[in-house]
Amino acid sequence: MQPIPLWIDYLVLAVYFVFVLGIGFVLKNQMKTSTDFFLSGRSMPAWITGLAFLSANLGAQEVIGMGASGAKYGIATAHFYWLGAIPAMVFVGIFMMPFYYGSRARSVPEYLKLRYDEKTRALNAISFAIMTVFSSGVSMYAMGKLLQLLLGWDFNLAILASALIVLAYTLLGGLTSAIYNEVLQFFLIVMGFLPLVFLGLRDAGGWSGLQTRLNNDAMVHAWKYLGSPSSNPMGVEWFGMVMGLGFVLSFGYWCTDFLVVQRAMAADSPASARRTPLIAAFPKMAFPFLVILPGMLAGVVVATNTNAANTNAGIPAPATRQSRISLQGARGIIPVKFDEAGKPVMRGGQAELDYDMATPMMLVRYFPPGMLGLGLCALIASFMSGMAGNTTAFNTVWTYDIYQSYINKGASDAHYLWMGRAATIFGLAISVAAAYFAKQFNNIMDVLQLVFAFVNAPLFATFMLGMFWKRATGHGAFWGLLCGTSAAAIHHGLTLPAGSVAGAKGGWLGVITHTYPSEMAQNFWTAIWAWTTCFTVTLVISLLTVPRIESELKGLVYGLTAKPSDAGLQWYQKPTVLAAVVLTILVILNVIFW
Amino acid sequence: MPMQLDLRLPIGAMFVILGVLIGGYGLFTQSSSLYAVHSLGINVDLWWGLMMLAFGAVMLALARRAKKL
Repeated sequence: MQPIPLWIDYLVLAVYFVFVLGIGFVLKNQMKTSTDFFLSGRSMPAWITGLAFLSANLGAQEVIGMGASGAKYGIATAHFYWLGAIPAMVFVGIFMMPFYYGSRARSVPEYLKLRYDEKTRALNAISFAIMTVFSSGVSMYAMGKLLQLLLGWDFNLAILASALIVLAYTLLGGLTSAIYNEVLQFFLIVMGFLPLVFLGLRDAGGWSGLQTRLNNDAMVHAWKYLGSPSSNPMGVEWFGMVMGLGFVLSFGYWCTDFLVVQRAMAADSPASARRTPLIAAFPKMAFPFLVILPGMLAGVVVATNTNAANTNAGIPAPATRQSRISLQGARGIIPVKFDEAGKPVMRGGQAELDYDMATPMMLVRYFPPGMLGLGLCALIASFMSGMAGNTTAFNTVWTYDIYQSYINKGASDAHYLWMGRAATIFGLAISVAAAYFAKQFNNIMDVLQLVFAFVNAPLFATFMLGMFWKRATGHGAFWGLLCGTSAAAIHHGLTLPAGSVAGAKGGWLGVITHTYPSEMAQNFWTAIWAWTTCFTVTLVISLLTVPRIESELKGLVYGLTAKPSDAGLQWYQKPTVLAAVVLTILVILNVIFW
Repeated sequence: MPMQLDLRLPIGAMFVILGVLIGGYGLFTQSSSLYAVHSLGINVDLWWGLMMLAFGAVMLALARRAKKL
């Protein structure tokens, strides 16, 4: 199966790139102050910030990774949406957004400074800045590798071209440009993946046909087999799933990650800011059908000989090209994974499958020239929106929370605007370096991502106590975060997923106190330990240290802030009404796919 | 600061162009075996191209109406 993009596909890609860059050029003259550049002048309507909120997170890891999980675990992957995103999105919209938007803070770390103290902000700002540039690098690496494998494009060219395009439009139009492009990318992803799901499902005989072909009841139920880890392919039990993913990881990400919160902060009013995550929740609930189903379908459909077809259509067969993807030993159209030396990767006597190729192979299988260009646009759009999201969050945190706070205090606004542009350039440069670093040392990037997980896991305890308990103090928050991160690391070092050897997968402290049925179960429990430790330590140290004066905490803590009023809004604009509708649909979806 | 660029304009324009390109390609390759092999005999280029054209047109119409008000 060898995709050959034709002139029409390249033309479609070219049109997309012209629009991406064009938006940056049109917005160039609007970037007059640092607020325009970093916060879009707080002028965006809710539908735009809502779709950008969704799309900034819709990076490559999501489109490719959720397809891969779908192929591996089936519909239970939808928990990453229905359990791992929607409740937290509703919570951040209803309860937390009034503090973020109303507190004068320009970033999430800045909120921590207003609520707690300088050292808590520094800890959060620095770890966040490092994480964003490296995540962006990992995303770039994934894209370069995919385009190389799938289309035979040059790895260096793919990385440099995408970095330059993202650089151009974020440099020109700042956050506005990034947000506009994220919305554009949202529509592209929907338009590109809808017909894919339609064709795949039609070929497999609909949902019931897919069920029959999968021949594994655990792949088509989200909850039914979560009673014990041995009965479902994920190797997770319901408590670890609900607490680890549904509470700690999900709330930790959606409620505290500046990458997404920044989109809501760009909204034109407090009500729009609160509606942002709620508007995002509607398409988010439907995304499992767009991104998980293609992966599940890839495991059950059959390939066709596209080379022969293209020859019949008058397109010469690619005689000179070397075959990059072989379907020998594949399941459906999911190919076998090969290592750098070109040998199949074996695990437990069986060749391992390259699940990351599930979704890209679906595009190649079902899309003729023309639609293939659109599908590639959707894939590349998801990579670039993830990258741009990281870049804009990085330049803001760097400029406001690191540069303005610790390096150069009272400079002019024009200087900070200039610094924001400079940070965009060196942030992307570090990301490109990280992408090459990942190419050289794959394991080191795995370790790095693990460290990020340790840093992120306890965060929600800090924010929850800060927003809802006026007694929480800066010392408590700081030490709580440090202890939470250490707890995550220690837990990981003492446990191991079944079938793995000690090392990057855990157990590196030398003693194994517990073996988890799967890596996912280990991750969820690491998060639960980190959160619980951070919560307890923050609580105890806060009680032992001097609290802030209540008048200083107005607008920062729930009990000391006036409740946002919904007066003057239409019923369909009220955050509480939207939240109720979202939660009702959520329950229905979980019942259908029980 | 009022927004100077209605986002519906570039979205609408892009999908109109993509719809014409892909739909047009589908129209000229109707008898090709590509569709039998790839997309179950459905000329997905033509149909989805028309769909995108319609979507783009609606976006442009919405932007135009907002400007008039």
